[in-house]
Amino acid sequence: MRTRTINVDYLARVEGEGALRIDIKGGRLDDVKFRIFEPPRFFEAFLRGRNYTEAPDITARICGICPVAYLMGAVHAMEMIGGVTVPTPIRNLRRLLYCGEWIESHILHMAMLHAPDFLKYPDAIAMAQDHPDEVKMALKLKKIGNDVMKLLGGREIHPINVRVGGFYRVPTRREMRAMMDDLKWALDASIKMVKFVTSLPFLEFEQDYEFVCLKHPDEYPLNEGRLVSNNGMDVPISEYDAVLIEKHVPHSTALHTYVNGGGTCHVGPLARYSINYDQLTPLAKEAAKDAGLGETCRNPFQSIIVRGVETVFACEEAIRLVEEYEEPDRPFVQMEPRAGTGYGCTEAPRGICYHRYTIDDAGLIQDAKIVSPTAVNQKVIEKDLWHYVEPNLDRPDDELQWECEQAIRNYDPCISCSAHFLKLEVNRS
Amino acid sequence: MTLPEKAVPDVDGGRRLVIGVGNVYRCDDAVGVVVARRLRNRCRGVCVAEASGEGASLMALWRAEDDVVIVDAVRSGASAGVVHRLDAHVEPIPSAFFNYSTHAFSVAEAIEMARVLGTLPRALVVYGIEGSRFEAGDVMSSAVSGVVDDVVERIAGEFAFSASER
Repeated sequence: MRTRTINVDYLARVEGEGALRIDIKGGRLDDVKFRIFEPPRFFEAFLRGRNYTEAPDITARICGICPVAYLMGAVHAMEMIGGVTVPTPIRNLRRLLYCGEWIESHILHMAMLHAPDFLKYPDAIAMAQDHPDEVKMALKLKKIGNDVMKLLGGREIHPINVRVGGFYRVPTRREMRAMMDDLKWALDASIKMVKFVTSLPFLEFEQDYEFVCLKHPDEYPLNEGRLVSNNGMDVPISEYDAVLIEKHVPHSTALHTYVNGGGTCHVGPLARYSINYDQLTPLAKEAAKDAGLGETCRNPFQSIIVRGVETVFACEEAIRLVEEYEEPDRPFVQMEPRAGTGYGCTEAPRGICYHRYTIDDAGLIQDAKIVSPTAVNQKVIEKDLWHYVEPNLDRPDDELQWECEQAIRNYDPCISCSAHFLKLEVNRS
Repeated sequence: MTLPEKAVPDVDGGRRLVIGVGNVYRCDDAVGVVVARRLRNRCRGVCVAEASGEGASLMALWRAEDDVVIVDAVRSGASAGVVHRLDAHVEPIPSAFFNYSTHAFSVAEAIEMARVLGTLPRALVVYGIEGSRFEAGDVMSSAVSGVVDDVVERIAGEFAFSASER
């Protein structure tokens, strides 16, 4: 019996360490394994015994590209325990900080990590030789996202200005206004980026996903909302553990997630867009329409377009938040600890990021659970690979490998975040 | 002090810019910032910037007419305290050199991207100081702190030589 193995030992252009192995035996697809071998990081374990005030700064170190997701998950959970509601200016600053993260993360992924797949370049540096204007535009956009992070978060990587109850320091109106010209440029540039990625060649690959994301009655979700799906799920985030369950599998140091009583679920831009289309800003809707997207999108290869639409949204939203900004009387609301369990679930660029903490009366953390979006998406990535490889078994290994890696990058996986654990092997026998 | 083999040229209208890259709360990763801060006091007329190493922000720091020195901690497998000097106009910067990644777009990728886009500064030298400890903490290893003076003098020498060449 002829065996073919397509093996990628170490996936490039993703954060962290993972691999892919595809086994084909006798002309039939035998197995697909998306392996995450990044060592476990034990964040949940070493949070135990720490003060509740430390959780945002500790968990922000989980990721260099989406630290805001971890900051926000932690502060929302602690504030739920303490019964703290932050005033509108603080809430809006958090939303603006998240816009900064979406801009820099989405643009990095679109232009630097994913677009080269579509255009058959090994990396963004090679792509830049033929597409210098797009790459320059993307770099400037990313820097504007970084600048928002720096102004509100204190620095562009691993912000240190967020605390339970608000911020250590809030920006002045003048500092906020100083970003306006750049944000207006960014809005225009993000619309051009959508046009660029829409021109890429796309594979036909519509999938029947159970999308899971946050939904908020008044806004496109960033920090807050109920946990909903296109399959009837609609619960408060405090019921996350009842509706989404985790299982350990031998080939991954990151736990796989399933819908309780159901199958896999898909989190991230496609889910947010498809469930929250109505909440997009006008220019984001227009960009989506011009890109040929409907009100839902089920082709994961088109996630690059949806990320572009969400970048338009983030720029438009950031401009609104800057225009409306009034300095709060105090940069934070004081919280007094009390024993209890709190939940935080926010929309990282890659999808929902869930936190649950239990603290005691002294404010010491007794238990912590953190679920990254990449961990949730692992199983659906494997399913995509099955569905993509099976009808394409006759294709040469090198083409299959390229498109399988591209299919993984559809999810902008952040393996470092997911490891509690990438490398591609295709084995044909 | 030994003058570098290929000193940084000085260009009319350009700045002499030192960029210290690193995280001062990560032991040896602080060394780039420590060297840059020392040069702020040591050299008149030298601009000093501190950077996290994030690629897009790093590329925005320099202009085409600048003479730039980047100082960063590296981990290439050499002994702690070994100082590497790389001239970006002479050789590519190895991406595996730097102890940092934000989805793989950091110092080396920024320099190589700038080379392709034609946005490298007129002169760009990278000093990489081999580190051994990168855990949380604000104390550098003795092997790394012991070479700070030497690196400061070598970079000052680069700029002094370029000034004398003007």
